[in-house]
Amino acid sequence: MLEILLYIQTGLCVFCLYRIIRGPTIADRMVGLDIFGILVVGICAILAILTGRPFILDIGIAWIILSFIGTITLAKYLENKKLNE
Amino acid sequence: MSDIAIIISTILIATGVLFNIFGCVGLLRLPDVYNRLQSATKCVTLGTCSILLGVLVRYGFINTGIKALVAIPLLFFTATVAAHALARGSYKFGIKLGEKSIHDDYKDEHDQDKKGQ
Repeated sequence: MLEILLYIQTGLCVFCLYRIIRGPTIADRMVGLDIFGILVVGICAILAILTGRPFILDIGIAWIILSFIGTITLAKYLENKKLNE
Repeated sequence: MSDIAIIISTILIATGVLFNIFGCVGLLRLPDVYNRLQSATKCVTLGTCSILLGVLVRYGFINTGIKALVAIPLLFFTATVAAHALARGSYKFGIKLGEKSIHDDYKDEHDQDKKGQ
C-alpha cells in the first residue's frame, strides 16, 4: 500500500516539472518550484516509514527551510523590479 | 494497538496523497498564476501535513514521530508565508490576472502605494 502511495507521490512531481518547463511567465515557474519542494517533503516522510530510517525526515525539514529561503529570495527579486520591464 | 495505529496512519497518508493529487491537477489546469498559487499551495500544504501526521500516529512520541511533529508547524508557516510573498511579488512585477477574472481587490492599495513613493 505504502509503495503505491510513494509511486503516486513521486509521479505528481512530473506535473510540477511540466509547470516549471512550460510556465508562460517566471512566476509560474516559481510556483512549480515551491510546490515541488513541498512534495519532496512528503516523499521523505513516506520513505522514512518504508526504510525505517528516521534521519530521512531530517532531510525533509532541511528541505522545507531551503525551499522557503529560495522562494522568498525570488519573490523579493520580482518585487524590486520595475513594472514595465 | 499497533495494528490500529498502522491502519490509521495508512488512511492519513492516503488522504494526504489524495489532496496532493487535487493540488497538482489545479497547478496543471487553472488559467493564471494566482489561481494556480492558491489551489496548489492550499491543497499541497494540507496534504503534506496529513502525511506527516500519519508518520506521527504510526511511530508515537519517539524519535521519528517527534521529527514529524516538528516538521508540521514549520511547513505550515513557511509554505503559506512563501505563497503570500510570491503572490505579492508577481503582482508588483506586473503579471496580469487571467482573462476570466472579474474583480481585483489589490489594485487600489497597489496604486496608493505607488503614489506614496
